[in-house]
Amino acid sequence: MRALRLAVALAALFALPVLAVEPDEVLKDPVLEGRARELSKELRCLVCQNQSIDDSAAPLAKDLRIVVRERLTAGDSNAQVIDYLTKRYGAFVLLKPPMTPATYLLWFGPVLILVAGAIGLFVMARRRAQNPVAASPAPLSDDEQRRLAALLGDEAAPVAAKPNKGRRA
Amino acid sequence: MLPALVVAVFAIIVVFFGFGLTQDPRKLPSALLDQPVPSFDLPPLKDGEAGFKTADLKGQVQLVNVFASWCVPCRVEHPLLMRLAKEGKVQVHGIAWKDTRPNASAFLDELGNPYKKIGFDGTGRAGIDWGVYGVPETYVIDRDGRIRYKVVGPIMPQELNERLLPLIEKLQK
Repeated sequence: MRALRLAVALAALFALPVLAVEPDEVLKDPVLEGRARELSKELRCLVCQNQSIDDSAAPLAKDLRIVVRERLTAGDSNAQVIDYLTKRYGAFVLLKPPMTPATYLLWFGPVLILVAGAIGLFVMARRRAQNPVAASPAPLSDDEQRRLAALLGDEAAPVAAKPNKGRRA
Repeated sequence: MLPALVVAVFAIIVVFFGFGLTQDPRKLPSALLDQPVPSFDLPPLKDGEAGFKTADLKGQVQLVNVFASWCVPCRVEHPLLMRLAKEGKVQVHGIAWKDTRPNASAFLDELGNPYKKIGFDGTGRAGIDWGVYGVPETYVIDRDGRIRYKVVGPIMPQELNERLLPLIEKLQK
């Protein structure tokens, strides 16, 4: 029993995260394999679109991982591998979109929204500073004051020790 | 000023959602659009038949349908492919993608064979050169051997009648 517990504890201790990359795909050269892993993390699995091919267990992701490793083994640079795949699958295969006219809005959109918000805030603040009366709400009329006092008085009376009677005057 | 701004922001959101929610993000346009078909040379599905290669896709407008016996939507579009083959307006070729020979053959024996030529791509490597990321996919190839259109997923009668057939007729002129 104790031996079993020990075995389970040891197994848990040395457990590795489950990888999509299967053992038979791994290259012998650790440097090339490292580059392949790095590249795979940047490449989208086109079947399960928000996963990289490094993460995905889809059959096409496996094929693409093998293609990446084959290209690297054949002597391609990282850029050549990326180019090979974008030629076939388009820029969508890249998880990090390249900076092109088609993606300007994607890259600069957040900045544009931030700037627009800042301008809006600035305009609002300046308007308020120039004309504080118009910016603040109109004061209550006598009639409204009386209703407010009545409401507050009714509610406050049972709880508070000193009901707000002063305001009625 | 304020209501106008609110209306403007709302209108922008409506446009974004109207565009975003009506597009199917799973359908990607081909990166090879208007480019020559990739170079490939596939063996035949059945022994004794001719294979299927790049040179076969020149001279006339043709369709290339990527299919697999394990693919359920392929069964859905199959009657349409049979109809196209029967009408004879356009030649249809097939690529059996990531499949086994017996299974792909059985699939065609059961449902009929609409393909003039069939290339067997068991590993899916030729498919990668075509930019295939699922089955079925159908490519329209013009006379010069360039990819002019790609249907991702099963061909539906509406798409066939409103897009594919008009495009094929236009390319055939």
